[in-house]
Amino acid sequence: MDNLNNYLLVSAVLFSIGTIGVLTRKNAIVVFMCIEMMLNAVNLSFVALSRHLGNLDGQVFVFFIMTVAAAEAAVGLALFISFFNNRESIDIDDANLMKW
Amino acid sequence: MFDNVWLIPLFPLIGFLINGLLGKKIKNETVIGSIGAFAVLCSFIVSVMTFLKLIGLPAEERVVNVKIFTWMTAGNFNADIAFLIDPLSCLMLLVVTGIGFLIHVYSIGYMHGEEGFYRFFAYLNLFVFSMLLLVMGNNLLLMFVGWEGVGLCSYLLIGYYFHKKSAGDAGKKAFVMNRVGDFGFLLGTFTLFWFMGQTHNVWTIQFTEMAANAHLLPTGGIVTVITLCFFLGATGKSAQIPLYTWLPDAMEGPTPVSALIHAATMVTAGVYMIGRMSYLFIRSPETMMVIAVIGGCTALFAATIGTAQNDIKRVLAYSTVSQLGYMFLAMGVGAFTAGIFHLMTHAFFKACLFLGSGAVIHSMHGALHHIHSHDDAQDMRNMGGLKKHMPLTFMTFLVATIAIAGIPGFAGFFSKDEILWQAFANPLHGSLNMLLWGMGACAALLTAFYMFRLVFMTFFGKCRIKEGAEKHLHESPMVIVIPLIVLALLSIVGGYVGLPKLIGDVVGGIPNYLEHYLEPVFANANAYVKANLHSDHHHSHALEWGLMGLSVVIALIGISIAALLYLVNPELPKKFTSAFPVLHRAVYNKWYIDELYDFMIVNPCKSLGNFLWKGFDVLVVDGLVNGVAHVVMAFGGVTRYLQTGQIYNYAWTMAFGVVVIVGYYLFK
Repeated sequence: MDNLNNYLLVSAVLFSIGTIGVLTRKNAIVVFMCIEMMLNAVNLSFVALSRHLGNLDGQVFVFFIMTVAAAEAAVGLALFISFFNNRESIDIDDANLMKW
Repeated sequence: MFDNVWLIPLFPLIGFLINGLLGKKIKNETVIGSIGAFAVLCSFIVSVMTFLKLIGLPAEERVVNVKIFTWMTAGNFNADIAFLIDPLSCLMLLVVTGIGFLIHVYSIGYMHGEEGFYRFFAYLNLFVFSMLLLVMGNNLLLMFVGWEGVGLCSYLLIGYYFHKKSAGDAGKKAFVMNRVGDFGFLLGTFTLFWFMGQTHNVWTIQFTEMAANAHLLPTGGIVTVITLCFFLGATGKSAQIPLYTWLPDAMEGPTPVSALIHAATMVTAGVYMIGRMSYLFIRSPETMMVIAVIGGCTALFAATIGTAQNDIKRVLAYSTVSQLGYMFLAMGVGAFTAGIFHLMTHAFFKACLFLGSGAVIHSMHGALHHIHSHDDAQDMRNMGGLKKHMPLTFMTFLVATIAIAGIPGFAGFFSKDEILWQAFANPLHGSLNMLLWGMGACAALLTAFYMFRLVFMTFFGKCRIKEGAEKHLHESPMVIVIPLIVLALLSIVGGYVGLPKLIGDVVGGIPNYLEHYLEPVFANANAYVKANLHSDHHHSHALEWGLMGLSVVIALIGISIAALLYLVNPELPKKFTSAFPVLHRAVYNKWYIDELYDFMIVNPCKSLGNFLWKGFDVLVVDGLVNGVAHVVMAFGGVTRYLQTGQIYNYAWTMAFGVVVIVGYYLFK
């Protein structure tokens, strides 16, 4: 329980998996889930450090992050639905109109 | 004591606001005209009350500062909205509001039926307001506000008939020339403030404080610079050489405007300003000499042009320039009282002359309109014999003409003769005095000549107006005639307030009221003269009588020549002009001064402007700005390919960036 390093290690692993997922996957839903994973990895390290340092600030932060993540999920999913209605695809390679 | 003086400028301001904002809706000419005239009448009444209160005080207490509120304070600099009530400003208040009121009344009749009637009265009220600020302001900055304000109103009113190109051009010319002068005024203010502050730690722009500290100033040197700057301002506003050419063109405005602004009040602002700071000017002999010489030259020069003009208002315009020259001559020889005296009498008779000419033009215009003729209603060659059609106008005009010509008993004689005598006898300029007197005397001869030429061509002889129009000529309505009569009366009696001591002694010890009255204002300057200059020889009474007689003879000669040429033998002028065609053409074309200015200043400025526009602005400035834009665009054209639109490209870039930044902090 008291070993901070274990928590941070798990957090780092989760974050890396999330990052790689975001960078490599094409399905927008999967990319989105990976982002959620990255956020939660951060949450984990916040909570662990908060407990380790005996300071509640980190846990307060976690609530904010969860709120933001929820809002992001709502907006993001709405975008994907609308995107799918237009393109019949949720492949992020197809979202490429914003270029030169 | 003088708590209510702020009412004086307030009334015209209210009149301006009412007519300016609501005039278009009011429409009724009587209401608009009455508001305008009533506002000035109220000011006049308060001015008279102020004047009475002032002369009730002992002479040494007659300089009062009335502070309304603090305008601005910055470091050592302080400017108040405050009014200076002293004999000089009080006199000007009476002249401005009194004559202003008469001209407002006159305008109701004269401007009847004109488009933009309300606009005219709004501007006129605004003018009176600005002029009152100029006169009453107790510091240079407030005076400058009025100074600019009257310039603006002058511009607006010259360009009143703005659909005429000549009127618009004349307005612009007046404005630009005034700006040149105003520049001098500002430089003078700054230099004076800076110099007094730097060297004597007296940071002030207030007239009374400046006067109290005037003894700290040196003679000449920096004071010459300061006063010459101020004098440049005066030449612009008061139409002196070299900045006089705007005034004759300003006759494009309606005639009441010419009477009020370009004869009686605004153009005398320069004279007033010099009088206001006499203690400063007297400390620079060089400036005084410049003022005297320029005044004398202008008086003579403008008078020569006046002899050959055919437009009735133009003759009067050159006459105004010439008379202003007299005032500056007086200021330049240290005869401040005489200058202010002439300012006052000139305001009476010149306003009367202009309003009279307005009545003539009005009548001519109506008559020519009746027969659908497009002849020029202002050209004296179309007039003649108007005496029997407009007897009242003729009488008043004649009185004013006699006054300006300098016939004894009328206002102009006393003031003009005082100036000539002072030019001859003043202790300031030594041997130059003869020249100054000579210029003044020649100008007096020409004045008498061209003024009577005007009268003879307009009112005497046989009527030269187009056939059929003569029976439509008629006397003007009472609203026009009554101001003329009042001004004519003033042109007679106005001179007796400043009776020369010489005559006063003879007729039983009547003092020179004006001189006593103005004494506190010029005490500082006079004390300086007494302490630093002593005229080595006293001029005898016989000499003064002699010169006075001589100037009367000169005036009579001028009148006789005019009578001979234009009354007895009307063919003579034609013979004369054909005998000296070059001279006549030069005088008729105003000595080609406008052309000279165009050639020397206006056209080079235009070319420079064109060059700066096409060469500098278009090529360099625009080129620089557009060049920057082009560089940015070219750079953007290359780098925009970084924006692929593929989300994972961006994601990779971000991730890579994060790795680099984190790596940098970890391994540095």
